[in-house]
Amino acid sequence: MHMLGAPFRKAVPVSAPSSLSTWREARDGRIEINNVGIAFGPEGRRHIAVSPTSIEIPPGQFVCILGPSGCGKSTLLNAVAGYVKPTVGQVLVDGTPVDAPGPDRGMVFQQYSLFPWKTVRENVAFGPRILGRYDPSPEATADTLLEMVGLAKFANRYPAELSGGMQQRVGIARALANYPRVLLMDEPFGALDSQTRHVMQENLLKIWAEFRITVLFVTHDIDEAVFLGDRVLVMSASPGTIIADITIDLPRPREPELAVDERFMALRRLCHETIRQESMKAFEQQNT
Amino acid sequence: MLAKTIEPGVTPPAQPPLQVVSPPRATPEAIEALQRSKPEKLHGWAAFLAVVASPSPLMRWTRRLLAIALGILWWHLAVKYQLNVIVKFDNVSSPAEVWASFVKQLNGKIFYRHLFVSLQRIAIAYCFAVSIGIPLGLLMGRSRIINDFVMPYVEILRPIPAVAWIPLAILMWPTEESSILYITFLGALFPIILNTVAGVQQTPEVLVRAARSLGARQGQIFRHVVLPAALPSIATGLSVGMGVAWFSLLAGEIISGQYGIGYFTWTAYHLIKYPDIIVGMLSIGFLGTASTFAVTLATKPFLRWQARAR
Ligand SMILES: Nc1ncnc2c1ncn2[C@@H]1O[C@H](COP(=O)(O)OP(=O)(O)O)[C@@H](O)[C@H]1O
Ligand SMILES: [Mg+2]
Repeated sequence: MHMLGAPFRKAVPVSAPSSLSTWREARDGRIEINNVGIAFGPEGRRHIAVSPTSIEIPPGQFVCILGPSGCGKSTLLNAVAGYVKPTVGQVLVDGTPVDAPGPDRGMVFQQYSLFPWKTVRENVAFGPRILGRYDPSPEATADTLLEMVGLAKFANRYPAELSGGMQQRVGIARALANYPRVLLMDEPFGALDSQTRHVMQENLLKIWAEFRITVLFVTHDIDEAVFLGDRVLVMSASPGTIIADITIDLPRPREPELAVDERFMALRRLCHETIRQESMKAFEQQNT
Repeated sequence: MLAKTIEPGVTPPAQPPLQVVSPPRATPEAIEALQRSKPEKLHGWAAFLAVVASPSPLMRWTRRLLAIALGILWWHLAVKYQLNVIVKFDNVSSPAEVWASFVKQLNGKIFYRHLFVSLQRIAIAYCFAVSIGIPLGLLMGRSRIINDFVMPYVEILRPIPAVAWIPLAILMWPTEESSILYITFLGALFPIILNTVAGVQQTPEVLVRAARSLGARQGQIFRHVVLPAALPSIATGLSVGMGVAWFSLLAGEIISGQYGIGYFTWTAYHLIKYPDIIVGMLSIGFLGTASTFAVTLATKPFLRWQARAR
């Protein structure tokens, strides 16, 4: 049952149903975070989760948000997803202000979030079915996507019968089934063992290469961020803000051998140093 | 991954050659033999214990029937020797007398009438309880306002036993029949409401979020996420409710009515037909178990995904 080594099928062409394609072409997946600041809590005891931040992400880019836990990564991502309303500023996706979650932004969670009472195929078909008017055959779409993540054989299983890594692949397939232009991922591989995680990272890059979709990927793992991203946005805590925007100019496709590449190691070190300096500063502030 | 072993800013020192040794591998024959090997055989006492404690359904049913047989034997002896320790067995009918009475009742007509009337009351009251309890529970689970308005009543009325309802029920309802139905209905209602509310409130938030990001609107979230998430708990409420319904029905039937298995049991006492008391009691036990089992069977198809998960 362990599907660790099973490669994702590569050659499946990404062809959405025609009506869906038009819907999809109208958007290209540009994300603009304009001066977004988020605070929680009652008046007088406001807790700033994200201090006002601006960032622009061009269509098709793979951007990682890197930072220690509690620094506000999820909160920022949730603002893009539409679960959290920014206290100040706004998020624009393709020029439209975000005010609620929607099928134009696929979401993959860290916790297992498949519907346990639906089979794998029903889970993936859920989005297209809900948006019935765009997709004449949700099942066919689901099967195409399951093929792409290498789980076609498991279409009739229930999520609980799958390993953690497989469930997360179904989660990715489900998020992509609406053919969104933006994919938001909140530490999607955080709960997986490290071998599975590495396989998942490579597979994700393959899927991304086929879909050419904008990805916003939250992680606290430096290696993961550098391995995956075109760009790494380093966040620091209290108050959470983006302190560095590091371009990862490593060639693609990225292979595991990258781990011993000079440039890769230099970039890791840069991320590491950036985070370290910031935590040193915070540490000193606490002690004065 | 290799990168994990190389810390930033540290140049690896000159390394001694890597050492790799291949331990001896099993031959294909050895693996084949292992494949064909038989599980360990038990002998003597251990083998006997393994059979007695076996988890196979046949053995489990054997043990259950054996338990009942032992119980009946004990009952028989207690009556035969007029056991008189705290409880008195001198007026208790023996298993044989009860069996004879039971056969006699089965050959008559009136006993079936009693059973039928009780079952009918359960069916009617339970249907009302389900069709009010589940929708109300769902609403209460989703809306804090509705919950705050209804929950105080549930909490206050729930601990009142069916017997305590009888006087007021008789005063409130036009016929005796309707007051019995009302008491039975109340018994089933509260467990159904409470379990439905709990089920709805246990819906994992991340599933609601996932559905929202996939484009689901409120109604669709309710139908595809909240309802299925609450189903296991609703099913529990339904079977608990069935048990309590019997409880309450019996209280109602003992106090009033002309038919019903509770009435039958109570009149057997007044008419000094002591074996019939036990016939009535065991019939109640059997019908209660059977109807709870029927509820469990009826909800099973909705919970198939849970069984697959294990
Ligand atoms: N809904 C909320 N209400 C109150 N505080 C919150 C809420 N969501 C997040 N926070 C706080 O905001 C901070 C950042 O949280 P989060 O974005 O989850 O961090 P991360 O994902 O980087 O671990 C934390 O201190 C957390 O307690
Ligand atoms: Mg988080």
